[in-house]
Amino acid sequence: MAITTFSSAEQYNFEIVKKFSIMALVWAVVGMFAGVYIASELAWPFLNFDSPYFSFGRLRPVHTSAVIFGFGGSALFATSYYVVQRTCQTRLISDGMASFTFWGWQTVIVLAAVTYVMGYTQGREYAEMVWPIDILIVVVWVVYLILFVGTIMRRRQPHIYVANWFYLAFILATALLHTFNNLAVPVDLFSLHSYSLFAGTQDAMTQWWYGHNAVGFFLTAAFLGMMYYFVPKQAGRPIYSYRLSIIHFWALGFMYMWVGAHHLHWTALPDWTSTLAATFSILLLMPSWGGMINGIMTLSGAWDKLRTDPIMRFLIVALSFYGMSTFEGPMMSLKEVNALSHYTDWTIGHVHSGALGWVAMISFGSLYHMIPKLWDTKLYSIKLVDVHFWLATIGVLLYIIAMWISGITQGLMWRAFDDFGNLQYSFVESVAAMMPFYAMRAIGGAFFLAGVVLMAYNIAMTIHQARKEQAELEAKLAAKMAAMSA
Amino acid sequence: MQINFKHEWIETNIGLMLVLTMLAISVGGLVEIAPLFFIDKTVEKTEGINVRPYTPLEQRGRDIYIREGCYTCHSQMIRPFRDEKLRYGHYSLAAESQYDHPFQWGSKRTGPDLARVGGKYSNEWHTQHMIAPRSMVPESVMPNYPWLQTTMLDQSDIAGRMKALRAVGVPYSLTEAEREANIKKFGESVAAQLHIPDANRNLVAQANLGNYDGNKAGVSEMDALVAYLQVLGTMVDFTKVNEDELIRSR
Repeated sequence: MAITTFSSAEQYNFEIVKKFSIMALVWAVVGMFAGVYIASELAWPFLNFDSPYFSFGRLRPVHTSAVIFGFGGSALFATSYYVVQRTCQTRLISDGMASFTFWGWQTVIVLAAVTYVMGYTQGREYAEMVWPIDILIVVVWVVYLILFVGTIMRRRQPHIYVANWFYLAFILATALLHTFNNLAVPVDLFSLHSYSLFAGTQDAMTQWWYGHNAVGFFLTAAFLGMMYYFVPKQAGRPIYSYRLSIIHFWALGFMYMWVGAHHLHWTALPDWTSTLAATFSILLLMPSWGGMINGIMTLSGAWDKLRTDPIMRFLIVALSFYGMSTFEGPMMSLKEVNALSHYTDWTIGHVHSGALGWVAMISFGSLYHMIPKLWDTKLYSIKLVDVHFWLATIGVLLYIIAMWISGITQGLMWRAFDDFGNLQYSFVESVAAMMPFYAMRAIGGAFFLAGVVLMAYNIAMTIHQARKEQAELEAKLAAKMAAMSA
Repeated sequence: MQINFKHEWIETNIGLMLVLTMLAISVGGLVEIAPLFFIDKTVEKTEGINVRPYTPLEQRGRDIYIREGCYTCHSQMIRPFRDEKLRYGHYSLAAESQYDHPFQWGSKRTGPDLARVGGKYSNEWHTQHMIAPRSMVPESVMPNYPWLQTTMLDQSDIAGRMKALRAVGVPYSLTEAEREANIKKFGESVAAQLHIPDANRNLVAQANLGNYDGNKAGVSEMDALVAYLQVLGTMVDFTKVNEDELIRSR
């Protein structure tokens, strides 16, 4: 009787995972380069070149969209398709739908970048895309949801693995947030311009409900899904606590949606709303740290891997930054602290300790784990992963330290009074004081970017090596066949 | 009867998981956002607060403010602190952005707050500052915006823009009845500016009269942007506002 064995590449749709993985790296390079560029513009304003296409205001959304939706989004599509297939032991229900989400999503990012530079924007932070792109996102997202849920329904396991709960919450929440935050009336059917349905206070609340939960679900819940698969895999140990994962999943999902208004402390938003948001922000520390503890403790008994395995180091340091950011966040949501920190670079530093330290690092670790498996080979160079790790870590630290100093300095200078009760500093004195820290931040960003470029090289060489191995194998096989038939 | 809840039920049933997750993530937004539309005092409505929609020229200026991403470095939301009052003026009211689709409160002050920048500097200052910020403020890190002065304002879709804004609730008038209502609410001269059929004429007239960019030939994007900046924070007469009334809305 013939025994048919399927290699995992035939059983699963890895093509789509490969495509999204490569695009994650492409967008990481593009988006982080844009970030370093606009950071440099703040230190050296001549870089704006008197041109609309290079000015900070238009390039800033190019940076945020390319890193959040381009890099982060592609990494999430890649890992969610990988994880859902592996943990459900089944193939994605439709290759066509998977391919559609790929081309659709890449089109969204390219169109967004082009339209921003041309001056088409909704003027809503992290949701600048004009209305036709918003509609395309909805279509891609619905297909993504159907594909993901459909694949779970075809699982060969009674249980749905915990990583998939988090991916599912991310897909649902993103659909909800995106839809309500982008309600708008276009000027006409052939115009890219539109005006948001809500105004002023209600619009601000809707936007920050979206804005903070883009962080909460797009940049946190989904990456926790990544963590729940790749940390145990790389550590070769089961998740530390099953109970903890249940509790922190429901608590995180429920509580995150309340905290957006802490971006609007002391504004014209009524106090009851922002106070409620601050309260939930403090509570949120618990589920956040629940996830961090669950991830880090998974390594207990295998701590030595931190010394020997740079991929493990990426994953665990990512969790440490997650823990730090989710402590800093609730602290900044206290009204007294926020009075100082709001409007300053401290917020920018906080975002980047989460975005670079947590989101990017957990993605790097996961991609380094996953990519050799996809191409059925070994990483080209573990040594380069190690170098990347240090470049990334030093880069994040330079970045957030620069922003702590500049942010707190700004906050203190703005509220300083002289002996006569007048303002001690003019605004522009605070701008001038920022220059060295803006330069330091740009350098930190450049370190981080250099690490990503190194990773792209390492991965390209890995894929090249895999193709060579494959070709050699085929040649050997062909030779054998020829010998047999001779 | 006692029900022994097991989380396993959810873990093995994708439908149940979808529904429960959706419920968990829906509550926060419902509780915090929906009431803002129904609680009457969310937007202040006391004596002295007579905020009007933007004129066609100001609205086009606002469009350019958004296009250039000014909100990425400038806030329009003054907080109720002593230093902010001294630096920028009275704290911002919800009423002052009630016609702002979208809001532009911002989140970052790489440059100063602009909520009350209207009337603080001359038109000449703004124009020169836009073209070359460091010629006015040497330490500034703002980009130069020379193209605003040389690009003529696209006026072709102003009526369409005002109609879209009308659709989302801004009281621009299309019919005679709406115009009458605006006259009652805002007075004759403001109501004339809000009448959509006269939008193009009003826009050109305001630009010619104000001559914001110092160049009488044509209406430039600079004209529109400066007109917008000059109206920011000027619509509320705080000498007529009862401060105790305001606090009730916070």
